[in-house]
Amino acid sequence: MNRMYAIIEREMRKFFRSPTLMIMSLMLPILQLIIIGNAFGGKIVGTHVAVVDHDHGPQALKVREAFDAIAVNIKTFTTVDYGNEVQAREDVRTGKIDAAVIIPEQYSRRVYTDNAPKLGFVVDNSDLFTSASLEGEMQSLVDALNDPTVKDRLDKAIALEIVELYPYVNYLKYLLPMTVALAMYISVMIGGGMLYIDDKARGVHEGYLVTPITKLELVFGLNIAGAIKATLSGLSIGIIGSLIAGLGVVFHPMIMLQMFCLIVAGSIAFNGMMFLLMVRVDDPLVPRAMFGVLNVLLLYPSGAMYPTVSFPKWMQAMSVIDPFTYAIHGFKSILLKDGGWIAIRFDLAFLTIFGIATLLIATPLFKRTL
Amino acid sequence: MSAAPNLGQAINGGCDDRPIAIEVQHIVKRYGDFEAVKDVNFCVHDGEIFGLLGPNGAGKSTLIRMMTTLIPVTAGKAIVGGHNVAKEPDEVRRMIGVIPQALTSDQDLTVGENLLIYAKLYGVPRGIREKSIADVLEAVDLTKWRDAQTKTLSGGMRRRLEIARGLVHNPKIFFLDEPTTGLDPVSRIAVWEMLNNLKTTRHLTMLITTHYMDEADKLCDRIAIVDHGKLVALGTPVELKNSVAGANVVEVHFDRETEEWQGRLEALEGVTSVQPESSGFYRVITKSGSKTTMQIVELAASLGESLTSLSVQNTTLDDVFIHYTGRQLRDEQVKPVFTMPPRPGAQP
Ligand SMILES: Nc1ncnc2c1ncn2[C@@H]1O[C@H](COP(=O)(O)OP(=O)(O)OP(=O)(O)O)[C@@H](O)[C@H]1O
Ligand SMILES: [Mg+2]
Repeated sequence: MNRMYAIIEREMRKFFRSPTLMIMSLMLPILQLIIIGNAFGGKIVGTHVAVVDHDHGPQALKVREAFDAIAVNIKTFTTVDYGNEVQAREDVRTGKIDAAVIIPEQYSRRVYTDNAPKLGFVVDNSDLFTSASLEGEMQSLVDALNDPTVKDRLDKAIALEIVELYPYVNYLKYLLPMTVALAMYISVMIGGGMLYIDDKARGVHEGYLVTPITKLELVFGLNIAGAIKATLSGLSIGIIGSLIAGLGVVFHPMIMLQMFCLIVAGSIAFNGMMFLLMVRVDDPLVPRAMFGVLNVLLLYPSGAMYPTVSFPKWMQAMSVIDPFTYAIHGFKSILLKDGGWIAIRFDLAFLTIFGIATLLIATPLFKRTL
Repeated sequence: MSAAPNLGQAINGGCDDRPIAIEVQHIVKRYGDFEAVKDVNFCVHDGEIFGLLGPNGAGKSTLIRMMTTLIPVTAGKAIVGGHNVAKEPDEVRRMIGVIPQALTSDQDLTVGENLLIYAKLYGVPRGIREKSIADVLEAVDLTKWRDAQTKTLSGGMRRRLEIARGLVHNPKIFFLDEPTTGLDPVSRIAVWEMLNNLKTTRHLTMLITTHYMDEADKLCDRIAIVDHGKLVALGTPVELKNSVAGANVVEVHFDRETEEWQGRLEALEGVTSVQPESSGFYRVITKSGSKTTMQIVELAASLGESLTSLSVQNTTLDDVFIHYTGRQLRDEQVKPVFTMPPRPGAQP
């Protein structure tokens, strides 16, 4: 037992002595949280939409007034008058402007005679986010214009009333569970994967192996140390990330406790998985090469960014055995929904069992000799 | 003494009635089809410094790793401190200290922390841990550096730290794999002195590997020459040198280099080989140093050439090595490592 503590002590002293591992395992997730959170989460504003008015009638004026209202209020776009439709299309194509609205000749008359009036909308659909946002805006604008004429049918129309269960979740908050899991993953990958293999290659393990330490003491020493490091990374990111995303978890002891338990269970699971993968590896290049591959294989099928229900069957199967899935589900349950112990008990159980199981498989594979 | 008894000794491993610390019997290590160690036998007696001398890839580290339980033995057996390494590895591990070939102390930890971790790994009882650490630091002269970061130490100091680390649990048998590789001449001599002191103060038996001839010569009580996984000779440095009968080395430096020197030297009576070293400089191996010296002087005089220098060396381990392996250890090494200064006392 004392020998196991010696291994843990060595790892922890090194961990605190050189903060590189800690900083590296925190930097990527935090940057990702801030950059991706802000990049995807924001609303589209300040785009330019050309208006080509071939009608000049009173209804055309109404459309243009509605545009002006958007420019002033929601600021999604401002309009620019174009006299030439061909020029407008060309400018959308070259990216000078983001979209063009064509008000055709006879538009006002068609509105009055209910003769299927149409507005043309030219949009650069190679930019999904902007075009989707503009299309959405246009559609609601057209709906508003239709409003008086469809009033009599309104009662019969099916309306979707959206009830948001939880307070508004912005993208930063949505990303936080992934960020915490990622911090733990990186800590395990660097601390348990790369440093472990580097130590092996440098002969540090040779030093251990000539002492009377037992296989179990060595395996458990290395793994407990790895799990402690991952826990520290997860907790740090959990706290820093919550503050950045504006979640007040830090001030709720119960949520903090649930968070802590999940992070510990997740750290055990991630670490066990890494140890199993690395137990027979000697080449320091292997964990480096695996870093990105594993990241893709584990993170994306987990539902961290996209909901698992939208996946094909084979990816759903991956998500079932992926410890990320449970870590992220757990973090979402407590950070975004305050779901309590009930919501995370299955995640906790899976992660703990997964960690112990991988360790049990890895231990017999661990060689007590070089 | 002739060559035969030593080779005979090599085969039976030089075991005699003295108390034995390490006994290796018909030990073999195979990696796939490759035999890294081939049927090696030797005994190391209590309290001696035993050297395994051989070039890169000879199998020295492989031998040490088998004796220190690091790799499984393919065939044969090794008994260390009375325990079979294959059957009672933990008993063996408790008795031995090991300094691996690579420097493996933690750079991020202090000297004291490195020793503390190992004291714990070796299960040194809490009560005597402090004293053990202080003692070994004193023994390797690093007391002042106890709180220094290991990464700030020089190569020689790091080697001493490793030596201290291997001694922190007070082992009986000490294995050192190339303890002075990479050290400057002054640090090497310091390490030799340190090891000699440790041998007496701590009653240690030591097994070291080296590819330095002078190290084997000055430090070791007995030497086993290993080549291509085989033990080719075993004995005290004096025994080994005496076994290479009549081989003296004459080093001659002519003022002027001509192509004929090599042939002329080879033609001299008693000369067995001539190696050109540099322009005009030759190493002549001969049965009689004094006779050849005379002949060279006469030869030069008769041709009207003059000599810059001329020296006779007694037999060195270099010569022993050439004798038993048929080639020079230095051929496989970076040259400067093996260029030895003329021995003090060598006659001009
Ligand atoms: N794990 C291994 N797998 C295959 N071959 C190996 C292995 N370890 C060592 N060898 C081979 O065994 C031979 C002996 O190697 P060893 O390390 O014992 O040599 P050495 O005498 O210590 O050399 P050096 O002076 O370079 O340390 C070498 O040819 C080496 O390539
Ligand atoms: Mg070696």
